[in-house]
Amino acid sequence: MVEKIRDTLRQYARLNRDVSAISEDADLYAFGLTSHATVNLMLGLEDAFQVEFPERMLRRRTFETIANIRESIEELTSGQTASAS
Amino acid sequence: MPITVMSRSFSALEKAQQIGLEIAAPNADAVDKDARFPSEAFDALRTERMLGIFIPPEYGGGGCSIADLSAICTTLGQYCSATGMVFAMHQIQIACLVRHARNSQFFAAYLAELADTQALIASATSEIGVGGDVRSSVCAVERDNGSFAIRKQAPVISYGEHADAILATARSSPDAPPSDQVLTLLKREEFTLTRTSGWDTLGFRGTCSPGFVLSAIAPEDHILPVSYAEISSQTMLPVSHILWASLWVGIATAAVGRARAYIRAEARKNPGKTPAASVRLAEVVSKLQGMRAVVNDSVRDYEGIMGDPDALSAMNFAIRMNNLKLNCSTAVVDIVGHAMLICGMSGYREDSKFSLGRLLRDAYGAALMINNDRIYGANAAMLLVSKDD
Repeated sequence: MVEKIRDTLRQYARLNRDVSAISEDADLYAFGLTSHATVNLMLGLEDAFQVEFPERMLRRRTFETIANIRESIEELTSGQTASAS
Repeated sequence: MPITVMSRSFSALEKAQQIGLEIAAPNADAVDKDARFPSEAFDALRTERMLGIFIPPEYGGGGCSIADLSAICTTLGQYCSATGMVFAMHQIQIACLVRHARNSQFFAAYLAELADTQALIASATSEIGVGGDVRSSVCAVERDNGSFAIRKQAPVISYGEHADAILATARSSPDAPPSDQVLTLLKREEFTLTRTSGWDTLGFRGTCSPGFVLSAIAPEDHILPVSYAEISSQTMLPVSHILWASLWVGIATAAVGRARAYIRAEARKNPGKTPAASVRLAEVVSKLQGMRAVVNDSVRDYEGIMGDPDALSAMNFAIRMNNLKLNCSTAVVDIVGHAMLICGMSGYREDSKFSLGRLLRDAYGAALMINNDRIYGANAAMLLVSKDD
């Protein structure tokens, strides 16, 4: 999953550094992620993982690190089973 | 406690009313004509300790709320747009310091100094080369041995030559990306301004906002302790839109006041006959009420989540604050234009007590300070993912 997130970052986030070299906990905003690029990143992630970010996730923190993105997507993809229980 | 806070705020609003009526209003035409700083009004605001009104009482300030600031900006804006705008911009800077710098020893002491000296703070966020995007910087702070240097090509710095300090954005270091910004405090004795343009504009002439090259060397602890990204989304942006819109309500209120006085004078001339334009007055009063409602709603919205940084970073909040700006900056032109139709030639004349020229010229500035097209563009992008209406 993290590789797929990195691919999407490469495509849409327009960071000033090699995405492979960014640790999961590093602040993506410090590498030049802008609010405009965040929108494209979200659209890219929604397409790559076939999810839709709910309004409550459309906050700065959700896209701050690779780890935060992973957690959000995990929550959204496991949501189908969780909501059934 | 709410009772004491309310009574203090009420007296601050009364003071604003008095300063507006007795000092700002009689000078408003000269301030506009000569494009000069409204110094009489600011001397009075200083004397009445209104410049430190938003600083918490523990630092010696007035401890007022955003709602109070909004009401004061509307009041001042009714009498002199430039006074209202400079007051609003100063309080936006104060709000950034109060809300984001208090944990720093230097800034805690500086807030007390501000409350004591009633210093006026200007802002240098725009920069040549970023295409109007205040969330990008070209210039960077260059740290060296406990101090930092900054050199910024600012297309405008409002009342820069009249300010005691300037808050300027810059990249956090020479190798930081454009969006990785910090906010820095530069005191009068630490900066130099070299004028690069004049300020001969259609309206808001008294804000005295020419371009400058801003150069400064200041101690490193004058860099605010949190990123500008946080300051911008949590305070600078929402408070700017709220206070600007509040003073635009003041401009609109002044225009409607003149229209109302005109209709009344007409009605007195012909008792028993309702003046033809009185229906337009009813229409414009309803528009003004709508504009006020948008501002008050946004004040409540912001005050409700002021203490929740996560909620303030939410996309739907940014969209709502942008909409406040878009709505009110167009409403003010519409309302002053309607007042003009009501007053007719008396409003069009420059030498009548109903003249609306200055208000109309000022009103047109609202859509341009952070251009509405840029804001529509930002909202359009966010609406690709945001679903909250």
